[in-house]
Amino acid sequence: MKIRTIIAAIFLALSVSSIANAQLQLNGAGATFPYVIYSKWFDEYKNVTGVQFNYQSIGSGGGIKQVIEGTVDFGATDGPMTDQQLADTKRKQGTDILHIPTVMGAVVVCYNLSSVGKGLNLDDETLADIFLGKITKWNDEAIKKLNPRMNLPDRAIVVAHRSDGSGTTFIFTDYLVKVSKEWETKVGKGTSVNWPVGLGGKGNEGVAGLVKQMEGSIGYVELAYAVQNIIPYANMKNKAGNFVEATFNSVSAAAEGASKNMPEDLRVSITDAPGKDSYPISGFTWLLVYQNMKDEAKATALVKFLQWAMGKGQSFASGLYYAPLPKQVVKLCEKKISLVTANGKKIK
Amino acid sequence: MSIEEPVNKKDIFLRKIIPSQNLGDFIFERLTLFFTVLVFLLVILMGYEMYQGSRLSIEKFGWNFLVNSTWDPVQEIYGALPIIYGTVVSASLALLISFPLSIGVAIFLAELAPSWLEKPLSFLVELLAGIPSVIYGLWGIFVLVPWIRNEVEPFLSDRLGFLPFFQGAPYGFGMLAAVLILSIMVLPIISSISRDILRSVPQSQREAAIALGATKWQATKIVLKDAKSGILGATMLGLGRAVGETMAVTMVIGNRAQISASLFDPSYTMASVIANEFSEATSDMYLSALIELALVLFVITIVINALAKLLVWSMEKKWKTS
Repeated sequence: MKIRTIIAAIFLALSVSSIANAQLQLNGAGATFPYVIYSKWFDEYKNVTGVQFNYQSIGSGGGIKQVIEGTVDFGATDGPMTDQQLADTKRKQGTDILHIPTVMGAVVVCYNLSSVGKGLNLDDETLADIFLGKITKWNDEAIKKLNPRMNLPDRAIVVAHRSDGSGTTFIFTDYLVKVSKEWETKVGKGTSVNWPVGLGGKGNEGVAGLVKQMEGSIGYVELAYAVQNIIPYANMKNKAGNFVEATFNSVSAAAEGASKNMPEDLRVSITDAPGKDSYPISGFTWLLVYQNMKDEAKATALVKFLQWAMGKGQSFASGLYYAPLPKQVVKLCEKKISLVTANGKKIK
Repeated sequence: MSIEEPVNKKDIFLRKIIPSQNLGDFIFERLTLFFTVLVFLLVILMGYEMYQGSRLSIEKFGWNFLVNSTWDPVQEIYGALPIIYGTVVSASLALLISFPLSIGVAIFLAELAPSWLEKPLSFLVELLAGIPSVIYGLWGIFVLVPWIRNEVEPFLSDRLGFLPFFQGAPYGFGMLAAVLILSIMVLPIISSISRDILRSVPQSQREAAIALGATKWQATKIVLKDAKSGILGATMLGLGRAVGETMAVTMVIGNRAQISASLFDPSYTMASVIANEFSEATSDMYLSALIELALVLFVITIVINALAKLLVWSMEKKWKTS
């Protein structure tokens, strides 16, 4: 009798959960960097509307691949899709892809120098030369000139970089390509590159581990990671010539600076952005949405969610160490979102 | 009557195809055969899929993939030589260290240890094999690497710095750390399999040797001689583990695709490259090159395992005849 009751209870529980599953569910896959805020958003949004999102953070590359193959309802990426990939999607899925920026992240240059502590200043050229292996000592003239009052030791610089493919590397190398001709021709930009010097660490924690352990090392990690783990990072000289510390405000300022001449499809890099308060090494992360979706219920739910993400959703960003989108960019995004259709019909 | 008839028919039918066998045996035999063939097909399918997936890269680079040493995802130039080098060197050096240790452990456990000590020791050795590799990696980062950087590397470059193997800046992260962590990970595999093999040498061998006046060491030598191909098989399995290890290695090896004689320098292994770069590989050529890397690793692992199986098999045959 007892066992029967238990079995009955299990069946009841299963059937209840399957009813819940029968509700609308949207599947997405892609970038790992925005995973924390996306899962927060999906959770909050489910509480409000009951629409369930299933997001797999398999990496930007995997997200783009699945969008091209049409195995997900939406994708997510830290680096925009290439023209070739957009053409492939158009050919296979018969629809354009919209890039919707959701939040921003920044990459900071972290270092370990006990005689300096916090507040090292760096500029674009020096940073590129360090990562090219041309500046090898901390007391190099170029670094001295930027930090006249600091006690820079005669110590070898140990460069640390990401060994796994990542959006963080993409933003960082995108910046270096913009500011250094030599970097552009020798190395280039991408989620993984052929680094001229240095040690590779897996993930933000891997790079931070290398930097924390080795006196005289320099590396790059996400702003959120550096803030949470209290790792000192350098102030970067921006286009306007000011040394700027990476904060949510200076990242948003970079987006504002870049928003003035935003391309129509919002596939834009905001590294080395103009504006006196702009932090130069920052970037968007995007959701990839089919412009024309086949399932009307899903299309409606996705559009509603995106509108919510642009409004209330943005308020969750800074608590989770992401920079919220500035108002101008939100407006551009809302315009993009309104373009989504279901079988050619507009979403109400 | 209508119930008996089909039973009779079935019996006759079965007797025709399997005259001397019981039905249960027949099903059991076929079922196991089916699963064996399934595993075999799975391996072939994996190889085929990887070949298909890497066609793009094989066609573009050909043998250059194996001899070129630039790995540049931006320019889309893929040469895996330093990565293959890193894999082979780290695994072989790890084996060089762990082989004598493992055999020592195996001999002690199988031949010398009193049973009250042997049981807990065997348990501990087997426990080592069960630790997830990410735990080894974390231990490597926080304990092994600082120790290597502060103690081992300065010591080695002081005493043996004239050799090309011990030159360069002491980062801690590098080939040496990978070799040490791999040798610790491989040790329990070789030692526990070797122990079982030593135990399976007939007791009469030892008794005969001792009866003839041999010392304990001489008797052990005879046992070792009997077990040598099995121990070699165990070593091959250990090598297979070392070649395929991903997480612990990538956390300590420094992840730099280069060929350097110095053990202090960072290096890279095939399994680590695949794990690190696969998720963000967006272009078809990049993906294809990574799959080709997997294919090379697959072939190396198969060759190692086939060698091991062959050795174990030849040893068993020898026992049967003796």
